[in-house]
Amino acid sequence: MAEPVLEARGIVKSFGRVRALRGAAFTVYPGEVVALVGDNGAGKSTLVKTLSGVHQPDAGEILFEGTEVRIPTPVAARALGIETVYQDLALAPDLEPSANLFLGREELRGGLLGRLGFLDKGAMRRHTGEAFGRLGVGVQNTSAAVATLSGGQRQGVAVSRAVMWASKVVFMDEPTAALGVVQTRKVLDLIRRVREQGLSVVLISHNMPEVFEVSDRIEVLRLGERVAQFRAAEASMEDVVGAMTGALTQNGGPR
Amino acid sequence: MSERVAPPPPDAEVEPDGGPGDEHITLWQRLVLSSTLRILLILGGMIVVFSVLQFQQFATVSNLRNVATDASILLVIAVGMTFVIITAGIDLSVGAVLVFSGVISANVMERMGGDNWGVILVGLVAALVSGLAWGMLNGVLITKARVPALIVTLGTLGMAQGAALLITNGVDEREVPFTLIDTIGTGDVFGQIPWLVIIAAAVAIVFGVVLAATRFGRYTYAIGSNPEAARRAGIAVDRHLIKVYGLAGVLAGLAGWLSLARFSTTTIGGHATDNLQAIAAAVLGGTSLFGGIGTIGGTVVGVFIPVVLQNGFVITGVRPFWQQVAVGAVLILAVYLDQLRRRAQSRN
Repeated sequence: MAEPVLEARGIVKSFGRVRALRGAAFTVYPGEVVALVGDNGAGKSTLVKTLSGVHQPDAGEILFEGTEVRIPTPVAARALGIETVYQDLALAPDLEPSANLFLGREELRGGLLGRLGFLDKGAMRRHTGEAFGRLGVGVQNTSAAVATLSGGQRQGVAVSRAVMWASKVVFMDEPTAALGVVQTRKVLDLIRRVREQGLSVVLISHNMPEVFEVSDRIEVLRLGERVAQFRAAEASMEDVVGAMTGALTQNGGPR
Repeated sequence: MSERVAPPPPDAEVEPDGGPGDEHITLWQRLVLSSTLRILLILGGMIVVFSVLQFQQFATVSNLRNVATDASILLVIAVGMTFVIITAGIDLSVGAVLVFSGVISANVMERMGGDNWGVILVGLVAALVSGLAWGMLNGVLITKARVPALIVTLGTLGMAQGAALLITNGVDEREVPFTLIDTIGTGDVFGQIPWLVIIAAAVAIVFGVVLAATRFGRYTYAIGSNPEAARRAGIAVDRHLIKVYGLAGVLAGLAGWLSLARFSTTTIGGHATDNLQAIAAAVLGGTSLFGGIGTIGGTVVGVFIPVVLQNGFVITGVRPFWQQVAVGAVLILAVYLDQLRRRAQSRN
């Protein structure tokens, strides 16, 4: 297989006396959807936050395209081309979708007005419309506040933002947790389209059928360590659940 | 598997070149009708009623000038307050900062002596710097010390007011350069429009544009709407909030200098309710106390409602005390409507 775009080795992270990650490993290859699964408290969120610059690991190394990197802030992660769709979406509900897509990275007008900080709202709306079109996000009214959108549409806005700026990897933390059946379907389609754009998607999810439907690979985290890796096409749900609960061990199991 | 994939919703393809035009109208109806325009209609209705009742006195140029002049100093404060409230903050200290800045400005001008524009401009700078200092102190305490804005600005309200009293020994400073009073304070541009109105209008226009069209304005909305999202988007939230409170302070300082010009004295005791009036103006104009929503245009209308009521009651012979009752009721109504709108939105 190709060189991993992002790889974590031996990541240790403690919060006070709680050891959330005990030498966790994780690998993302280019252009794949990889699911990161594990029971509650397995350390999924902590691992994702470590790889997206929110937390700093106590020990271990992170390799980006084969080179060891430090990711001290979310901004640093973004500079590498890594974007995160947070579980709470991190949208500003009173702003319109385009304002959210470009939040912190606004396009300014040219010339003097731009230097004075004047926004190029037309360009941002246009690019937002294009991004929605590419990903099939159905937001009819692109100038209404995000608060007026449905849950699925909001998810679409958050994903579009990540995809618009990511050049390598998009993390999605439980993107369907709060959604109904139809909307979940749309988000899964969205994930496939993101992969079609050549990006890697890391999907954190509890929902096994969903994981199997959309992922190329599955990595299992248990008690702060990676305990198993599967190719989705070759694995059964029992295997994955077994690895999550500790009934089945791979990689030599917990040390 | 690809068979099971639902096709992209048709509207997604239609949308970009479709009808953003009509959508703007629905947005327009949704947002503007619900706050700014509605309150503008209320203001228009009040003006019509007073004009019908007492056309001879109410609908005259000189009365219009009175109304606008009365509103102008409050408008300058309320513009800063609007920024603060849009960030989901509050600034109770503006009236006291106004007084403090006026006192500093008057003292500086008196010490320099003379009655010329050099002195007056130094006085202006002194007022602006005093206001900025209090505003930034507010901002730093709120963001870095994480004391709630309500408490911080209540504290600096007392401190600024007390400091003004200490400096003046509680006696109003009356040595204000005559040129300042004669021009900015009571003079008209082209013999028609009071300087105070021109300055207040300029402040409202400049900061209205800043809020609506620039990155500074957008960050102000974003922080009020979801500070955590703003932080994760890489916006320096603390620094921006310090700037916003600094702006509110600077404008309070400017208002202090304008107040000196208008009343030719420091009016130490006369600004105890400026903060509440400014908050009321912003909220009447559709600014949400929960942050993320508001416009300067709305605040302009919100400033005029109490002033027009006061003026209209006086002219029509209603006891002016009713003005406070009416403004209070309208204020509660405005916030209630804001709540209704929020509830309707979150139902989605």
